[in-house]
Amino acid sequence: MEGELAHIGAGLAAIGSGAAAIGVGNVAGNFLSGALRNPSAAAGQTATLFIGIAFAEALGIFAFLVALLLMFAV
Amino acid sequence: MATETSGAEEGGLVFHPMDQFKVENFLGDGAVSWYTITNSTVWMALAVLATFALLVLGSSKRAIIPTRMQSVAELAYGFVYKMVEDICGKEGLRYFPYVMTLFMFIVSANFLALIPASYSPTSQFAVTVVLAMAVFLTVTILGFVKNGSAFLGLFWVSSAPLALRPVLAIIELISYFVRPVSHSIRLAGNIMAGHAVIKVFAGFAALLVVSPIAILGITAMFGLEVLVAFIQAYVFTILTCVYLKDALHPGH
Repeated sequence: MEGELAHIGAGLAAIGSGAAAIGVGNVAGNFLSGALRNPSAAAGQTATLFIGIAFAEALGIFAFLVALLLMFAV
Repeated sequence: MATETSGAEEGGLVFHPMDQFKVENFLGDGAVSWYTITNSTVWMALAVLATFALLVLGSSKRAIIPTRMQSVAELAYGFVYKMVEDICGKEGLRYFPYVMTLFMFIVSANFLALIPASYSPTSQFAVTVVLAMAVFLTVTILGFVKNGSAFLGLFWVSSAPLALRPVLAIIELISYFVRPVSHSIRLAGNIMAGHAVIKVFAGFAALLVVSPIAILGITAMFGLEVLVAFIQAYVFTILTCVYLKDALHPGH
């Protein structure tokens, strides 16, 4: 029974990756709308873009990690 | 973590998608202890060799019209050099060799891991945690050596209202110590997740009905993984640069 509950928990933790997808999409979309308004300034901001994406994505990876722990470590 | 190999019989898959991350003895079936040569060790050594071959052999001729290898080596060098210069400034260039080493090791380990039947050392938390802790310790020690107690100004946000500063200091302190955690888990998690997804699709490829879709899925995921292999190395390096900048100029 406990193992099955852990599997349900792992499935619930996978929702977190969807939330991270929203965050990453927000960052990339806002970068694109800004870049199309001022394309000459866009090239200098790609580093900031990737840092933003990395920070947003890290929390999704944490959710994935929780799912992994529930599947294999509990 | 990935040492458990259950679910192979009852899960319907011929193999478990996490089996590929198992650390095994490379020479025979003996137990794994700290000095054993494992598959992880071998692929890390291959990553070092690949980096060595690309940079040393590529730049040894110094031709005016570069060969393909030389231009890739120069591209990699210039790419990391510009990144360090843009983020850390001129005085950050003293630490360029360290950042370049990190980048080349991670990027070649990631790309070598894309070879079928290879092993991906960067999917092991043990490997990435060591890399991230090295960065964290370097940056912290460097910050105190360079700035003395002024490095603590990183946590005391002087642009905020005075009443808010203690609260911000606690938040900044927590976020400072979470850095190595997220720094390492991002790399290992991304690589592990990508490789596991490819293996899940590979499991479906054995079923006749869905195999065309599964093979298309593997191809698409592999293309994405080539991208991710580079982007994660880039992100790891650029975050190292950002942390280094914080250590060199804690004020801004």
